[in-house]
Amino acid sequence: MNENNNLLVRLKDCGVQKSSKWIVKGISLEIHKGKIVTLIGPNGSGKTTTAKMALNILKSDEGSIENYSTKMAYVPQKISIDWTMPLRVIDFMNLTSQINKDEIIEALELTGVQHLIYNEIHNLSGGEFQRVLIARAIAKKPDLLVLDEPVQGVDFNGEIALYNLIKEICTKLNCGILLISHDLHFVMSATDHVICLNGHICCSGSPKSIVKNSSYIELFGEHNAATLSLYQHEHDHSHQTDGSVKN
Amino acid sequence: MFDDFFIRALVAGVGIAIVAGPLGCLVIWRRLSYFGDTLSHSALLGVTLAYSFSLNITFSVFVISAVVALLLVSLQKRTKLAGDSLLGLLAHSTLAIGLVLIGFLSYIRFDLMGLLFGDILAVTTADIGLVWIGGSIILIILYFIWKSLFSATVNYDLSAAEGMRPEFSNFIFTLLLAGVIALSIKMIGALLITGLLLIPAAIARNISNSPIQMIVIAILSGILSVVVGLFASLEINTSSGPSIIVVALILFIISLVPLEIKGQLQKR
Repeated sequence: MNENNNLLVRLKDCGVQKSSKWIVKGISLEIHKGKIVTLIGPNGSGKTTTAKMALNILKSDEGSIENYSTKMAYVPQKISIDWTMPLRVIDFMNLTSQINKDEIIEALELTGVQHLIYNEIHNLSGGEFQRVLIARAIAKKPDLLVLDEPVQGVDFNGEIALYNLIKEICTKLNCGILLISHDLHFVMSATDHVICLNGHICCSGSPKSIVKNSSYIELFGEHNAATLSLYQHEHDHSHQTDGSVKN
Repeated sequence: MFDDFFIRALVAGVGIAIVAGPLGCLVIWRRLSYFGDTLSHSALLGVTLAYSFSLNITFSVFVISAVVALLLVSLQKRTKLAGDSLLGLLAHSTLAIGLVLIGFLSYIRFDLMGLLFGDILAVTTADIGLVWIGGSIILIILYFIWKSLFSATVNYDLSAAEGMRPEFSNFIFTLLLAGVIALSIKMIGALLITGLLLIPAAIARNISNSPIQMIVIAILSGILSVVVGLFASLEINTSSGPSIIVVALILFIISLVPLEIKGQLQKR
């Protein structure tokens, strides 16, 4: 019973067809509260499409989707704000819900961009905008958070800090997270369930079990697979969003 | 000092400018100016149909614009033509059909210039009521779908994922656009309606830095264009539509000045 109460999304044998070609097929996955599910796979393997099915943006052409989430937040992979619109960070934070200013500032502080609150969105750098996107999703306090390559364009130190933040948010809000990431280090060290996609699910399971899987090794190459299984270790310190070590 | 017809035109025109402000901003943000053009060209067909079957002009224009908008959506799904080609196809074919029909209606005296460029003499007291009541309804609906519409304008997927139902609000927005065109055809004319939607919003973009500010400035510059344009139209005896649009253009040029100054200061 408890298991079911924590269920947010269940995809059963789902797939999306576009002009009689399957983009993804036979996708089954579950997202539970407080857990991070990661999708990995090469370009064009259907990661974003799978995420969009979980978010109810795309309808599945087969199988069934159950979605019990009451509040979803989404960090899309590619988003370009038209420069014809004078949109400030603070307006963007309030895009799909009304959030009070203190909470907005708090969320922006978490991702290290609180000083940009009154800047126009189209004056931000790629990395800064990515931080704003993550802050906006967090400020919504969702029960399901879908992040599609959330740290693209973020500097190296920031990347680590943001990943740690995502992990922290997952525990703090007890929300389910569906993450698409190319950062295999983070995937292997911090997520609960990994799904390896290439038009279909190649393999899935805990990070520990997956690195030994032959189809995983085939997809990412022996060298990478070996490095990553070695990478599993406990961190003895953590970082602030600006990269400095937390005491 | 003023003749009655002039006061009527003024009151109706200000009403139109208020509604055109927010819708015009959305047209600019969504890059729909050509879509607005297509709807307004099809408005001429609406007018001729109204004369043929003695229907209310505003109602008939609204229906035709809405039908053209829906036609566009279904054509986009069925053909391999790009959106702008389909818009051109619909704009010119509906305009042509409208003009052909006018030829058939030779027994009715037609003021073609008035239809194409607007005529303040045509504004009746009933039109004022229509503009203000219809305009209020448009603004109230817009208020209720605003969050959804605005978030979908920024990013459709994000809006859909976060439960804003953008598909529904996009559809309603199309109807609202058809509505504002129907309300303004008598005063501005079929060829120039998009100008009243676009230019005030363009002026506002030059001098604003938040969405709400842009809408307010668009409304104010729309009102100013209508008032000054109508005075000019009366003084120098020109069509009302072009006069209003020319004033709006002059305001647009003025609104470039602060941008220019800012640019010069940044260079130093």
